[in-house]
Amino acid sequence: MEDLGEIVGEFLMESHENLDQIDRDLVSLEQEPDSRDLISRIFRAIHTIKGTSGFLAFSRLEKLAHAGESLLSRLRDGVQPVTPETITVLLLCIDGVRSLLSSIEEKGTEDEVDVESMIVRIKAQMDAPTDAAAPAAPAAAAPAAPAEEAPVSVEEAPAATRPAPEPIAEQRQPIGQILVDAGAAQPTDVTSALQQQIEGDERKLGTILLEEGKTQPAAVNEALQSQAPKRSIADSAIRVDVDLLDTLMNMVGELVLARNQLVRGVMEIGDSGLVRSAQRLGMITSELQEGIMKTRMQPIEHIWSKLPRVVRDLSNSLGKQVQLVMEGKETELDRSLLEAVKDPLTHLVRNAVDHGIEDPERRIAAGKNPEGTLTLRAYHEGGHVAVEVADDGAGLNVERIAQKAVENGLLRPEQIPNMDKRDIMAMVFQPGFSTAAKVTNVSGRGVGMDVVKTNIENIGGAVSVDSTPGEGTVWRLTIPLTLAIIQALTVDCGDQRYVVPQVAVLELVFVDGKTTKVEYASGAPVYRLRGKLLPLVRLDRALGFEVGGDQGVYIMVLQADGRRFGLVVDRVLNTEEVVVKALNTRLKDIGMYAGATILGDGKVGLILDVSSLARRSHLAVDSERENVVEKRTSGGGGTERLLVTAVGERRVAIPLDTVTRLEEFPRDRLEHAGSREVVQYRGQILPLVRLSHLLGAYGEEPEGDTVSVVVYSEGGRSVALVVDRIVDIAENSTTARRDADEDGLVGTAVIQQRVTELLDVRRAILAADPNFYSEAGGEMLVEV
Amino acid sequence: MASRQFATFEVDGQLFGVEVHTVQEVLSYNEYTPVPLAPPAVGGLFNLRGQVIAAVDLRVQLGLARQALQGPVMNVILRGDGEPVSLLVDKIGEVVDLDDETFEPPPDTLSGPTRELVVGTFKLDGRLMLALDVNQAVDTYRATN
Repeated sequence: MEDLGEIVGEFLMESHENLDQIDRDLVSLEQEPDSRDLISRIFRAIHTIKGTSGFLAFSRLEKLAHAGESLLSRLRDGVQPVTPETITVLLLCIDGVRSLLSSIEEKGTEDEVDVESMIVRIKAQMDAPTDAAAPAAPAAAAPAAPAEEAPVSVEEAPAATRPAPEPIAEQRQPIGQILVDAGAAQPTDVTSALQQQIEGDERKLGTILLEEGKTQPAAVNEALQSQAPKRSIADSAIRVDVDLLDTLMNMVGELVLARNQLVRGVMEIGDSGLVRSAQRLGMITSELQEGIMKTRMQPIEHIWSKLPRVVRDLSNSLGKQVQLVMEGKETELDRSLLEAVKDPLTHLVRNAVDHGIEDPERRIAAGKNPEGTLTLRAYHEGGHVAVEVADDGAGLNVERIAQKAVENGLLRPEQIPNMDKRDIMAMVFQPGFSTAAKVTNVSGRGVGMDVVKTNIENIGGAVSVDSTPGEGTVWRLTIPLTLAIIQALTVDCGDQRYVVPQVAVLELVFVDGKTTKVEYASGAPVYRLRGKLLPLVRLDRALGFEVGGDQGVYIMVLQADGRRFGLVVDRVLNTEEVVVKALNTRLKDIGMYAGATILGDGKVGLILDVSSLARRSHLAVDSERENVVEKRTSGGGGTERLLVTAVGERRVAIPLDTVTRLEEFPRDRLEHAGSREVVQYRGQILPLVRLSHLLGAYGEEPEGDTVSVVVYSEGGRSVALVVDRIVDIAENSTTARRDADEDGLVGTAVIQQRVTELLDVRRAILAADPNFYSEAGGEMLVEV
Repeated sequence: MASRQFATFEVDGQLFGVEVHTVQEVLSYNEYTPVPLAPPAVGGLFNLRGQVIAAVDLRVQLGLARQALQGPVMNVILRGDGEPVSLLVDKIGEVVDLDDETFEPPPDTLSGPTRELVVGTFKLDGRLMLALDVNQAVDTYRATN
């Protein structure tokens, strides 16, 4: 037996794969009990395990597989129907096989695993009334003695006299046999053709029969197909040790570095022949790198394959009905990442079945299909892979999460009204957070979601959750494609070079100080990016350097954690593929760096951590105004976000909710319609109202070729409020204000240490367009 | 008679030593990448055959002014706990065999940051060598706390 070590290893590996397939097939079989294909496939897989275990003298394993096979053969032959109970018993049998295999793997023996009780259950299932009205008899109720009338008896088989492993005939029948069985050829013809082959005819059997007109081409084709090996992949793929792949991966990483250094050196020398060779080397390296990366890529199906079983078992035990839908299972990920995603994903799925999807009664009461749907979705998205776990359950209870967060001291009550719904939901990722009313053995112990978050963040990914009450919850994992090599931009700040992951970079803006310039809102640097204010973070300031000037610098528009901001750097050099090296653990604590890399010149470069840069720089408020909601404030208490504008010497604040867009119009585009100023805007005539006139703030007209306006739209109509300058966005507590008597204002407040007037938006709009709120006021529309 | 091997080096004229088995290698390097916001004792990062090594400025750890890091500086690279860490020193000395007999605890008059880094004194011919506590010596947060 000593030579069998490797064979056993291969057998174990192959069997584990087969078992996973059987698991999936069994769960599918439950959905389509009539599928003979599925039964045959399961049968074949079990049969293979049985055969090999017999050969390797694992008698318990063989007996158990044999019992499972017997039950399957009854299903296959239609002696008894496929019922959920049979599936359960078969799954149990597979679990038994699995524990035998792991026992063999760990201890080298199968002696410690009890198979008798499982065999008894399987036999009980075979003896169960075939009408299947009653659930399968549990093991205790099953006859203890082996039932002799079972088609295949499970006799005690000492290892010495164990039956010879069955020939692989069932897996791959001779073509003659298939043709005869199908009635497509006569046994005598086949025999004579065989005889011809023995006598030296080198033609294939099917060819002989065909050429002698003993059978039909179609029949031979069909026979060949049924004969074709089921796992043809085995012929086109080989197994490779993962460690070897990892080593190759590391070496390619080093090669990329060496190439970068070489290319840089060659460029300096400037010899055209050398440059060509270097370019060629560069191309080959890139291709090699890509190829090596591909060997490590595996479809996400690998980690999804266990989930149907998880969902089935869990939903059954909870009395729920859950249908599992998988979309994009061919989406590929680096295997180390797959490994890291596996547990978090399983947790999310279990959580969705346990807490997300309601039980059938509640679903019916809510007017939903009693069967819930759990959708797993994977797709590529801008250099990342997104994996979603979506259920159509009751959704997250935002109020309860908020309340719980306050109880746990994670939030202060006054923060709640001011918070985005999603931010409140994100509290579930805090350690020790659970809103489950009762703790089940599945989830609800408050461990899990924070672990999910930590695990995903450890691999450079992100987790988010979104939920609609009554309609369901979507958990979303964003995972990088690979860890080791990233596309990055190198930038200069002071005399140092830094690396910014390209995935975070949206665009670059060069600030010349004339057409593009950095502006300041009460000291906070901002940039007008297509009419919208982009908060800026100066890298030199963030790193504690001496702060440089505002001219001749670059703004990198970055996106991180759902926030958009501009990072001001001195110079942007080039894009490069860099190999991410771990940073000394102590330096990680600084939080500013995601890692380090070796730059083309051999020096170490620090990779900036964009999201912590955003956080550190106190971008506390989400300044992203891309999708400013087009609805008006509900008038609730708490705080609101205000757009602060300058009108003459005064500061006027407009509730941000009422702002649709910020625009700049060239001064010469302003036209007059009657007594009013208007401007053509998106096929409409947009009436303008100058806040300086409205508020009686006659100061100097601001210079410049453009005017800044705040556009307000409602129900297809828009008006524009002209201000001198957009200053900032600020948060303000609605209680900290004083009512104003002045016309056109609702009050005053102190915002950023300055007295700011709050605009009466409705009043201002009516000043621009008296018919704005009346139904029949279509005269302002342009005919286009 | 028990004896131990020490790798010795000088900082500010004082001879220090660490046990030889804690040392991975000694080399001179001249390009360091500063790490903004890091504790002051972090001298910088450098590339050791593709590996990124953090260099701890032993001068800062001893309460002295930083190394200038212009031109080559000697590194004593310690194996560390899974990740090598380098100590920036002024000058490399010899590897010496020292009897335990020549060891004494640090003198009571030794105080300040040096006292915390030193486990004892070895009496060499004509000079004293202070044995460093390796873990303390590379703990860059120690001085700032």
